[in-house]
Amino acid sequence: MAQIFHRSTNTISRVSIYGAVILIAVLGYAVDVVNQTSYVTEVHNARPQPVLFSHKHHVGELGLDCRYCHSSVEDSSSAGMPPTQTCMACHSQIWTSAAILEPVRASYRDSTPISWTRVNAVPDFVYFNHSIHVAKGVGCTTCHGPIAEMNITWREESLYMRWCLECHNAPEKYLRPRSEVFNAFYKPPSDQEALGKRLMAEYKVQKLTTCTTCHR
Amino acid sequence: MEFMDSDRKNTGQPDVDNSALRKAASGGETPRFWRGFDELADTPEFRNHKENEFPHGANDPDAKLDRRDLLKVMAASAAFAGLSGCTKLPNQKIVPYVRQPEQIIPGKALFYATAVTLGGVATGVLVESHMARPTKIEGNPDHPGSLGATDAFSQASILGLYDPDRSQAEIHDGRIGSWAEFQEELSTALGAEKGNNGSGVRLLTPTVTSPTLGDQINTFLKAYPSAKWVQYESATRDNIREGAKLAFGEYLNTVYRMDQADVILTLDSDFLTSGPGCLRYARDFARKRRVEGPESKMNRLYAVECTPTNTGAMADHRLRMRASDIEGLARAVARELGVSTVAGPVAPPNVPAGWIPALARDLKQHPGASLIVAGDQQPPIVHALAHAINQALGNTDKTVYFTAPLEVSPANQWEGISQLAADIRARSVTTLLILGCNPVYDAPVDLGFKEILPKVAFSARLGLSEDETSALCHWHIPQAHELESWGDARGYDGTASVIQPLIAPLYGGKSEVDFLAVINGQSAKPSHDFVHDYWQAQRAGVERFDVFWEKTLRDGVVDGTALPPKQVSLKPGIGAEPPATEAQGLEIVFRPDHTIWDGRFSNNGWLQELPKPLTLLTWDSVAMVSPKTAQRLGGSSRPADYLKSEDAVELKYKGRTIVAPVWVMPGHADESVTVFLGYGRRRSGRVGTGAGFDAGWIRPLATPWIGTGLEIRKTGDRWALATTQTQSTMEGREPIRIATLDEYLKNPKFAQAEAEENPLSLYPEVKYEGNQWGMAIDLNACTGCGGCVVACQAENNIAVVGKKEVMIGRHMHWIRIDRYYEGGVDDPSTYHEPVLCMHCENAPCEVVCPVAATVHSPEGLNEMVYNRCVGTRYCSNNCPYKVRRFNFYLYSDWDTPSLFGMRNPNVSVRSRGVMEKCSYCVQRINAVKIDAERQDRPIRDGEIVTACQQSCPSEAIVFGNINDPDSRVSKLKAMNRNYKLLEELNTRPRTTYLAKLRNPNPEIEKTPAV
Repeated sequence: MAQIFHRSTNTISRVSIYGAVILIAVLGYAVDVVNQTSYVTEVHNARPQPVLFSHKHHVGELGLDCRYCHSSVEDSSSAGMPPTQTCMACHSQIWTSAAILEPVRASYRDSTPISWTRVNAVPDFVYFNHSIHVAKGVGCTTCHGPIAEMNITWREESLYMRWCLECHNAPEKYLRPRSEVFNAFYKPPSDQEALGKRLMAEYKVQKLTTCTTCHR
Repeated sequence: MEFMDSDRKNTGQPDVDNSALRKAASGGETPRFWRGFDELADTPEFRNHKENEFPHGANDPDAKLDRRDLLKVMAASAAFAGLSGCTKLPNQKIVPYVRQPEQIIPGKALFYATAVTLGGVATGVLVESHMARPTKIEGNPDHPGSLGATDAFSQASILGLYDPDRSQAEIHDGRIGSWAEFQEELSTALGAEKGNNGSGVRLLTPTVTSPTLGDQINTFLKAYPSAKWVQYESATRDNIREGAKLAFGEYLNTVYRMDQADVILTLDSDFLTSGPGCLRYARDFARKRRVEGPESKMNRLYAVECTPTNTGAMADHRLRMRASDIEGLARAVARELGVSTVAGPVAPPNVPAGWIPALARDLKQHPGASLIVAGDQQPPIVHALAHAINQALGNTDKTVYFTAPLEVSPANQWEGISQLAADIRARSVTTLLILGCNPVYDAPVDLGFKEILPKVAFSARLGLSEDETSALCHWHIPQAHELESWGDARGYDGTASVIQPLIAPLYGGKSEVDFLAVINGQSAKPSHDFVHDYWQAQRAGVERFDVFWEKTLRDGVVDGTALPPKQVSLKPGIGAEPPATEAQGLEIVFRPDHTIWDGRFSNNGWLQELPKPLTLLTWDSVAMVSPKTAQRLGGSSRPADYLKSEDAVELKYKGRTIVAPVWVMPGHADESVTVFLGYGRRRSGRVGTGAGFDAGWIRPLATPWIGTGLEIRKTGDRWALATTQTQSTMEGREPIRIATLDEYLKNPKFAQAEAEENPLSLYPEVKYEGNQWGMAIDLNACTGCGGCVVACQAENNIAVVGKKEVMIGRHMHWIRIDRYYEGGVDDPSTYHEPVLCMHCENAPCEVVCPVAATVHSPEGLNEMVYNRCVGTRYCSNNCPYKVRRFNFYLYSDWDTPSLFGMRNPNVSVRSRGVMEKCSYCVQRINAVKIDAERQDRPIRDGEIVTACQQSCPSEAIVFGNINDPDSRVSKLKAMNRNYKLLEELNTRPRTTYLAKLRNPNPEIEKTPAV
């Protein structure tokens, strides 16, 4: 009986089997790479906002404390967004007729809230708490980036779980003294690991990686 | 899908004839504890059923899929699974306040004190509010009627608030009207009545204890002196009122002091789980039964009842008896205790010899520390006899005291509603204003409200939903929910609470105060001002009323408003008249439903799906009969003819008939049938309309609660019922351990007899350090009320699945209350056992999960990670406690906007295809942990309170750190009554139980079977 398959079939089958495996692996890798691009993560994409608010001006140049506007950051899961009233505390006195601030004045006048575009967001199944991070020596700029340099605010980090775990697995690499948490110009010292280890002991920082820490 | 076939197998009571049962029950080879008849008889259906994890049909898809469709679906889901990995988060908006209210911190809940009412009586609650969105009810520890506990009704009022079926517009003769138009028409109608002093005006309200509302009504009655005010509720407490009048010559409020009572006799009363003050009574009662060591004492409860109740299940001696015979027993006990004037037959029927004298001796030995409690359904004479016996035992002002009535104007509601109907028939009513009542559905059927209501020239109804009565009134006005209104009400001891709104009316509803303001021509005055001004007038002497008012709103109770005990004198000759000669024949007993009450909660999915205590039925009402009576009513001696559960029967009473499903109820009195009010609503909403049968249809004016002469005819049809009974069976492993107090004192370690010391395990030993969470449940305290089930549902965003899904075992409750029977089918002892995730240290679920979706936390929690779960259900298969719940469909409502506001923002809303289960309220643990960490201090014992523990009136559930030897939970676990469920499996559960103790009277050896 004649051979049904030509000898080359052996090669073709080998190539297609290994090829399929490699293709799937490459595709998987490609998806992962795409998922880390700023197209998906929105990292470093400045978002359009109803008011051209500049953190660079308010934080970098004027030196406002984060907590002046994000007032619940030490007490609550949410850092809090400032009510229009907070803006008007200053802007009823200065730049009172600036065109750029008209949406703020309109909001205050008509009692209609300003609808900001969210920059930093975690999915709904993640229960992040600002207050505990701040209390344990995680600085604002550690996650939110060089806020004092942002004219229009962008997202600095992907906020992916693997990114969260970088710190949850090794907090010593990121911790800073409590007094420096709200310092937007803080630069970690050269002996960060030693400082971090010392702060971990002092602030009783745990490496919390159990699921219900964030998901429930 | 073969629903009709599978139904029968799943509801626990298939074709089992009672004689087989009886044999099984008396034979030696039956389990000591049983959950349903088929388990007791060990039928093939039951064996088949218990070998499967889920009842037949639970695992099958609803639509029949052929192979081709299945492949399509699988390909599509695979593609979507791939795609979903690439989704970007949608753009979101942040909308901050313009002017932020002072106390609101985004992400932090605020708690406001207010009250919820049932039958006019307030229970103080604290409402959790997330940025002005009420999400959860907790008990108010400062309120004497709550002490921090809540019942299922108050828990479920959150869903009542967000109910999408609530009425949303003023309706005028079937068209949308307006509030302004209504005010105009009303003032015209009232103006026309002004000339004759309002003689054609009738105001129909539920029971009013609200001082402000009472004040408004009295203002109205002053302006229209001939107008009449009628109060009516179908679950009326007329018997209590009339009983007090019979005994003392005036309407009084009776308050019990369970903390003082050592021996209690109930006469058909369910004081532990029903009626004003039941939460407080349950707590005080449970505290008198807490056995902490050999010197501890227990109170003793005797229950005489017809329909099995939670109170009867808690009793040390339970005597079942037809409801109409209980008067005879009360007379016999009274005579035995020296209330000499009492007439009547010497011995009531069916009481074991020696029972009454033994009971009487026990009561006599505890003068001033005993208590007789008569039930709401018993006629006034039984209440009067109870008062007389209490007086004779010297209990007045010790275990029971009397105060002025809670009601602003106590009245006989049954007489009131019949007078109203007569007036309408006589055409002397021109204007009828109805506040919340639903007489077309629930007034006595022979009054014919459906026919006579259209005869009224101007009728208006204020109601939460557009129901049967609204449909026949000229005007329907949407009512504001209690959580949206200002008001006030009195608690069981008279303590007044101010009801404050948590949220502006979602649908522009009007409160009762608003409505009465319009009647009184004060529509410009806000409802807050009425309540405020009323209390200001009451506290004229207070120097700074604003401070007092703020404090009142903060505390939830008005200081010093508890009604003082009143000196009473018993009228002579109580019971001197011999009892009316008893009507013969089958007895019918009406009772308000356990979860739906008089029908007002019928559109509440949480309450519909809450398994009713003892029957574990959901979504339906039944006609309960005892096994013996079911046998007799079968009409022949052939077992196949006996009445069985789920048989549809025609109930004929006083000329009216209705079809109802039978439920053969162990422990029910023979020759008596109990039916429950509240079902069979014709206009309720998408949840309540059409569920169950309307027992009110055969409830005549003459016999609101107990009557005789019922006829039953089998229709031959079946009425499938949804019960959670016998699902998740325990296979006779003695899940509940029980001893009498004496046995316990002799053998204090009886509950741990089977425990193995340090059993070996294949799993590596883990050293648990730091906080280790655990729970202890005291079976001696649990009354089985079901409050925890609804509390858990509200806290953890648990979905409602509906009757069809419950039937195939897909209910989603994270905590369930198992009910076990012990003894024969006629009169078994009944025990409750709350079962939730045990958080096993060697958790069988964790090792079988292929995707590590259920894992162990270092603090001992068995965690469920929804995002990892792919729905294999291996974990549930491997769970010996059957506490895992699977989302077979998208049970959570993701579409109805009004329900979004209701959800707890700290708990994920689960989607289709994931497993879920009790998390020990991990969101509460984390919140407290974060607070403690921030303040750099250890977590205090009792700081973390799970939702079930929080709601429990009898303090049966205790949660805490088991690594701290001083914590309350550690102390409970160290007691020798502590045992683990299915300990032989060596799962090392973190949830453990304290064995139940009974305290029977040694003179009455054994609960007598009658």
